[in-house]
Amino acid sequence: MASSFLEIGLEAGKRWQELTAGERPWIRIGTALCGEAAGAFEVADAVEAALESQGVSATVSRVGCLGLCFAEPILDVQLPGGHRIFYGNVDSESVSEIISTHVAGGTPITAKALGYLAQEGSTAPVPDGIPDLNKHPMKAWENRIVLRNAGNIDPLDIYQYIANGGYQALHKSLTDLNREETLNEVKASGLRGRGGAAFPTATKWSFLAGNPAPEKFVLCNCEEGDPGAFNDKNILESDPNTLVEGVIIAGHATGATKGYIFIRHGHNGPIDRCRAAVDQARELGFLGENIMGTDFSYEIEIALTGDSYVAGEESALMEAIEGKRAMPRFRPPFPAQVGLFGKPTNINNVKTLAYVPEIVSKGGEWFAGIGHDTSTGTVILCLSGNLKYTGMIEVPLGMNLKDVIYEAAGGMKEGKTLKFLQTGGPLGGVLGADNIDVLLDFEVLRAAGAIVGSGGLIAADDSTCIVDLTRSLIAFCQYESCGKCFPCRMGMSHLLEVLERLCRLEGTTDDLALMQKIGVNMQAGSLCGHGQLGFNPVSSALRYFGPEFDTHIVEHTCPTGTCLEPSYSPAQSRR
Amino acid sequence: MSGLVQRIHDAVYGQTQPTVTVLSSLLAVEDELGYIPKEALEFVAEFSNATVNDVWAVASFYPNFRFDPPAEHVVDVCWGASCHLVGAMNIFKSVLEAAGLDDEGDTPDKRLTVRFNSCLGACSQAPVIAIDHHLAGRVNPESAANHVTCLLQQDGHGK
Ligand SMILES: Cc1cc2nc3c(=O)[nH]c(=O)nc-3n(C[C@H](O)[C@H](O)[C@H](O)COP(=O)(O)O)c2cc1C
Ligand code: SF4
Repeated sequence: MASSFLEIGLEAGKRWQELTAGERPWIRIGTALCGEAAGAFEVADAVEAALESQGVSATVSRVGCLGLCFAEPILDVQLPGGHRIFYGNVDSESVSEIISTHVAGGTPITAKALGYLAQEGSTAPVPDGIPDLNKHPMKAWENRIVLRNAGNIDPLDIYQYIANGGYQALHKSLTDLNREETLNEVKASGLRGRGGAAFPTATKWSFLAGNPAPEKFVLCNCEEGDPGAFNDKNILESDPNTLVEGVIIAGHATGATKGYIFIRHGHNGPIDRCRAAVDQARELGFLGENIMGTDFSYEIEIALTGDSYVAGEESALMEAIEGKRAMPRFRPPFPAQVGLFGKPTNINNVKTLAYVPEIVSKGGEWFAGIGHDTSTGTVILCLSGNLKYTGMIEVPLGMNLKDVIYEAAGGMKEGKTLKFLQTGGPLGGVLGADNIDVLLDFEVLRAAGAIVGSGGLIAADDSTCIVDLTRSLIAFCQYESCGKCFPCRMGMSHLLEVLERLCRLEGTTDDLALMQKIGVNMQAGSLCGHGQLGFNPVSSALRYFGPEFDTHIVEHTCPTGTCLEPSYSPAQSRR
Repeated sequence: MSGLVQRIHDAVYGQTQPTVTVLSSLLAVEDELGYIPKEALEFVAEFSNATVNDVWAVASFYPNFRFDPPAEHVVDVCWGASCHLVGAMNIFKSVLEAAGLDDEGDTPDKRLTVRFNSCLGACSQAPVIAIDHHLAGRVNPESAANHVTCLLQQDGHGK
């Protein structure tokens, strides 16, 4: 028998108090995919070994991502009742010193510390000579809504989530608000889908809410195949409970009976943490029959897909959950009428649903007050490429893209000059270095020929050839085309052929017109967004770097000399 | 039942999630065996009340499935845009060279598979490779080649 929500909250508070101000120091290590790639699991093992060999007692948690991926592996120490002190680029050797000097000895290693984060309620003095991490360029611009817990709590422990306000939104939605009022909060927030198309979320929900069918589904899309984007997987690794709570509230607001969270097979970090969050929610009575003593019953299942980028397209996603080839469906009928297994269905991106708990807790108007125009709230950007600081930041929409690059990300790596940004994944576009003085706003960026899309921002320096990168993006789109309709299947292959010709410096002046023609046909004749938007990488590259294409064609030279280097991508389409 | 079919049986019937499909069954077999043998196509067809053709349609769509026994080790090299821009092509060159391969695929002695991966999900640490599914970021041509050489020198080969 599950305890009451009040009792669960008290227990969570007690446990949190014990963790942060009990007897033992608390060591947290960032272990999302970014941490893993930097060796964080080895560091975590080294921490446990050092504690054991030095006979020191401490709690060790493998948490998610703080966003400062460039400094990974990141480890922080919180002495009982104290502030958190962070160390970056930690290796197995420095671990031993951190344990003996800081954890056991109580003295931070000032020279090696990345920064500190002051803890609410701590009366300890802030450490001398260590910078405030909140003033780091990457954190200074942030407004963390979805990522509020990322890097702070153990993703495998639902009590830590609850101790930090978790599941209060669901409680409010179920007990203080009814279905319509919950939906109205989302409507007032102006929340728009973060999966690419920026469609108003409440409008989409109202289609499903208005369908009286007895069985209805909410699908959460974590396919995330966009190279350059990792925020969805990162949310699942850093704070899966936020997403799970969002999926439950979406179910309540739309009158759905079951939620599915859809992830690509093989990404075990996100999958395992998400599974744990669902299981623990069920144990505490947040899933199942009569949730929190109300008449709302709901389940969540995690569904896996094979490797397919197009499986992220909403109708292909339903095909994949049904166990078929991930090929998009014709519409109408739309998912809200005939969706998964023929039942009415609503599909949202991970980020979209992860905003919902905070919107319900703090009210739609609060959210609408953040952002710019009809682009309300924040955006979660994945910064990669030749930037000084790479990682993941959550900043208000309406921030200038120039500031993201030159302030938050610290500009380019030393000695490098920005040539262009690639934004919004392979169906997005590029923006030349002189054109990044634009606001992060769904409409503004689209008008500039780029999109917010999944939030990927890849910075290329001036040693990059635009023709070469465009070829690589189209190679991706061609490889991933599901093959159902020929304008996309053949269009992508032909575009790739042309771009390969340009890269061999064998292009002709007719080739540009040929690409335009293929692009027009793909846009007009393709069944899904993959083919409809698949010409974007080429058109935006031509828009900002037309002369560089001309140089390849007319002068038969590549200004950066990279085109003639061997280029690797899967040999041929898989379809 | 042969040993192979027994393992296929156990993998398919061992699925615990409520929604069991052709795809989920194939993924379960892949997890167990590392590949989809002909016997599995037949087993999943029978189990799902589908034809072998239907099952093959699904299996052949997703490139994560392979249809012959896997090599001992697998190295994934990312060719996504983030990695491409910070030198992935040179990583390919050195990994393929260290493996003695010209293109993605298995080494003749089946010690190693090199795969091209379109995104390993750690773009902030580009260029990224995965060694037996374990991510390694910020690699350079030398360190990537070293990873491959270490794998190939590990004990337990030549069985
Ligand atoms: C080829 C293609 C791939 C897509 N991949 C994803 C994806 O990985 N994740 C996602 O959330 N949306 C993806 N989308 C968009 C979805 O179709 C859908 O619009 C989105 O999941 C809706 O969620 P939202 O309303 O919350 O934005 C993709 C679309 C296309 C055309
Ligand atoms: S546009 Fe491309 S990906 Fe979409 S259905 Fe057609 S072939 Fe498949």
